[in-house]
Amino acid sequence: MKHVALFATLVACLSACGERPQTMALPRSDAPSYTGVTTGSAGSSAFTAPGWKPGDKTGWEQQLKARQQNSQNDYSRMN
Amino acid sequence: MARMKFVCDAERCIECNGCVTACKNEHEVPWGVNRRRVVTLNDGVPGEKSISVACMHCSDAPCMAVCPVKCFYRTDEGVVLHDKDVCIGCGYCSYACPFGAPQFPSQGTFGVRGKMDKCTFCAGGPESNGSQAEFEKYGRNRLAEGKLPACAEMCSTKALLAGDGDVVADIFRTRVVQRGKGAEVWGWGTAYGSKQAGQPPKTGTPS
Repeated sequence: MKHVALFATLVACLSACGERPQTMALPRSDAPSYTGVTTGSAGSSAFTAPGWKPGDKTGWEQQLKARQQNSQNDYSRMN
Repeated sequence: MARMKFVCDAERCIECNGCVTACKNEHEVPWGVNRRRVVTLNDGVPGEKSISVACMHCSDAPCMAVCPVKCFYRTDEGVVLHDKDVCIGCGYCSYACPFGAPQFPSQGTFGVRGKMDKCTFCAGGPESNGSQAEFEKYGRNRLAEGKLPACAEMCSTKALLAGDGDVVADIFRTRVVQRGKGAEVWGWGTAYGSKQAGQPPKTGTPS
């Protein structure tokens, strides 16, 4: 009986000495840009550009391409 | 959608530093840190060229390869970002980067234990998009707002192009064809792997 009690005490005390798994789960995942911002409502804020709906990946891509053409391609704007 | 890319048209850059100012203002980058800067080649010599340089978000990013703690990651759009909570400020990325993009602030909002800071293509970091925590560590997240990087959108001569790589290439190609010169794009080959881009024209061959 004495041995059993000693063994149980040892098991209880040494259980804290176990090795914990250390998996490197980094870097943290980043939400895709097309999901919009988290600060506003439904993924958009006061600064969100109009013309697309947060969460719509195709719409976001088209919005960026259109913005790129309108703001950076001066040949298409002049001709 | 193709991956996001930067290119600076040296025929158009007038060294106004508008891109540098736009970046610093948009992200409230502290003194001593230049995520973007304008470099003049052959300064003072007739025919000098200026280019705007920052992190090019390389296809095969050397910084990512040498980082001992793997703090870098690439988004679906090809933007190379990093996690400042993981960065230990060792500086390996600074030696590996061909563009001198990594910065190491010692104070201010970004300066916690000298962690690396660089251009994010206005895409923030791993924190929630558009959150205050993300802003304090990485600056504004314009991509999540459906906008392009502030430096390119503020460029007065449209020398700095940023966005979808296919559209960037189309715009630049149109310009070169129209003006008949200035096809050299410094950094494009280094960043995105083209063997042809950025090379001087071969002598003796018809142009």
